[in-house]
Amino acid sequence: MFFQQLINGLTVGGVYALIALGYTMVYGILELINFAHGEIYMLGAYLGIIFFGFFTAVGLTSYSLPLSLLLTFAMAVIFCSAYGFTMEKIAYRPLRNAPRLSPLISAIGVSIFLQNYVMLTQGPTDKIFPHLFGTSGFALFNARVTHLQTAIILVSLFLMVSLHLFITKTKMGKAMRAVAQDKVMASLLGINIDSIISLTFIIGSGLAAIAGIMIALYYGLVNYSIGYIAGIKAFTAAVLGGIGSIPGAMFGGIFLGFVESMGASYISSEYKDAYAFLVLIVVLLIKPSGIFGKTTEEKV
Amino acid sequence: MLRLVLIALWLSLLFLPFRGLKDSLILFVILSVSFISFRYLGTSLRSLRITMQPSGKRIYAKGIALFRLRGSRYVVLLILLGLPFFLENYVLDISILTGIYAILAMGLNVVVGFTGLLNLGYVAFYAIGAYTYALLYAKIGLGFWVSLPLCIGLTTLSGFVLSVPALRLRGDYLAIVSLGFGEIVRLILNNWDSLTNGPNGISGIPAPSVLGFPLGGLNRYYYLILFFVILTYGVVKRIRFSRIGRAWMAIREDEICASTMGIHTTMYKLYALSFGSLWAGLAGALFAAKMQFVSPESFTFMESVLILCMVILGGIGSLPGVVVGAFILIMLPEVLREVQSYRMLALGVGLILMMVFRPQGLLGGPGSGSGQ
Repeated sequence: MFFQQLINGLTVGGVYALIALGYTMVYGILELINFAHGEIYMLGAYLGIIFFGFFTAVGLTSYSLPLSLLLTFAMAVIFCSAYGFTMEKIAYRPLRNAPRLSPLISAIGVSIFLQNYVMLTQGPTDKIFPHLFGTSGFALFNARVTHLQTAIILVSLFLMVSLHLFITKTKMGKAMRAVAQDKVMASLLGINIDSIISLTFIIGSGLAAIAGIMIALYYGLVNYSIGYIAGIKAFTAAVLGGIGSIPGAMFGGIFLGFVESMGASYISSEYKDAYAFLVLIVVLLIKPSGIFGKTTEEKV
Repeated sequence: MLRLVLIALWLSLLFLPFRGLKDSLILFVILSVSFISFRYLGTSLRSLRITMQPSGKRIYAKGIALFRLRGSRYVVLLILLGLPFFLENYVLDISILTGIYAILAMGLNVVVGFTGLLNLGYVAFYAIGAYTYALLYAKIGLGFWVSLPLCIGLTTLSGFVLSVPALRLRGDYLAIVSLGFGEIVRLILNNWDSLTNGPNGISGIPAPSVLGFPLGGLNRYYYLILFFVILTYGVVKRIRFSRIGRAWMAIREDEICASTMGIHTTMYKLYALSFGSLWAGLAGALFAAKMQFVSPESFTFMESVLILCMVILGGIGSLPGVVVGAFILIMLPEVLREVQSYRMLALGVGLILMMVFRPQGLLGGPGSGSGQ
């Protein structure tokens, strides 16, 4: 039982971590809580269903399932990145020098818009993602690990490691870190701040899209309102690890996944969505800067 | 011109997976035509606008001045007092609802408008107020006037308790913590069947009475609500120009500067959050008594957003503006019944446009804007 919950927690936690990365990257650079990030994840899940349905309809799925899935992921990532990019251009860029409350409110506007847009175009009822993998798997200790769970855990880990390498090893990653540290100084050194910020949104949205499809595959059900609650959880994960810190978001997401699956099985599953919030409160009370975060003084 | 067409193409491409090729094409044509016509109309209108602007501004200033005249508030009051004699029941019913939302919006305005903190779980306090009255009546049979202080006390306390962890960090955290708090309260109301009767809610809540004179009818209840709206307006206005109110606005404008001037910022933020929640408790009790029924359904996140939109639409920090915002957002969907499902969609777009083009809101002047 315990080990089973550990595996379940790791699966969901990996997905939370992927969403939390988007929050933490945007916060690190813009000091903005991107409320609409959860909706991008929801859009990713919907796009997954739509594109997979499309590829099935044209017969690609019966020809080759892996190819069809791969293309579904690719299309969802492309579209979600485009959504993230457009969202930043329309709703956040004009407000970059506005008072702090303004971009936050505009982010809520984006979130409501996207939620209702999906509800109106796709209907308010649950959408079903076809069961592709069944329940086949293998036994580990006394727990059952399905192949889907293994795949989700591996994909999450792979994406996290490659993001980490991208940020620490490449020139673009270096530019991102520079912008996060000091925007004016970075622009003096010839870094194009606007394109770095766009890049941040594109990467974050792409990760959220993958997270969305994986959750759709895992639970089999998608609803227009999943983004909102996932957004709170991922934000909690980001705060838990120390907002602005990328390893922190990874750790926070996985830890939150554990807490949730343990809480759901040992305490009560009705309050499953509430545990994230309790964790958030406890973190804010004990160590507000998070586990990996460093305390920064507010700039005058 | 090519750029505009490209933007239209980009936006309709984003639309593609959700509605298919045909709708996207239609959207593309509509968008490019409207973009281009806006561009050309814009340039030709600009010269017109430059000549028109001063007179427009003068009319606006005159309107504001008229509103500021001493007598005007009595005229408004007189109109409000006379309304039940002219309105049919349906409109009166909506007016009562508008009044309740006006109280809520004025309360949230203390937090968002005066102090510059974003509370996204305001509906939780509203729910606590409503359920406190409903439960006190259903379980131990307390009447409205006995329950009201308890409702208000409990919501104020919960506002205080919530803000202690949230205020240890920068203001943005409060937004998420309050959002989560709203969700938790709704989950508890939904799942604690033995106390709250779960999703079925509690019914049979009586309306209050004054000196043995029941206020159940729409007419009488209207006056009760009007009384409380005016009370809220008066109290919030007095507080705004008091020492506490000025401290709040100093925090909103520049927190670091405020603290160097000797304002205990955390303390004053706590005051703002508790004082703001107080009104939600009042509105909640009034709502429960009006509907005679409460269920978790009435207290979703979207309700918080609706109240926030009232504050922002009317003008952050401006009290009359907020009341006007409540009026518009409650009345408009009633008038435009056919497009009701698009209401939230429009609200979302409205929030973005408002922040980008007119962050001070419809009635907010430069001094009452959100910051700069």
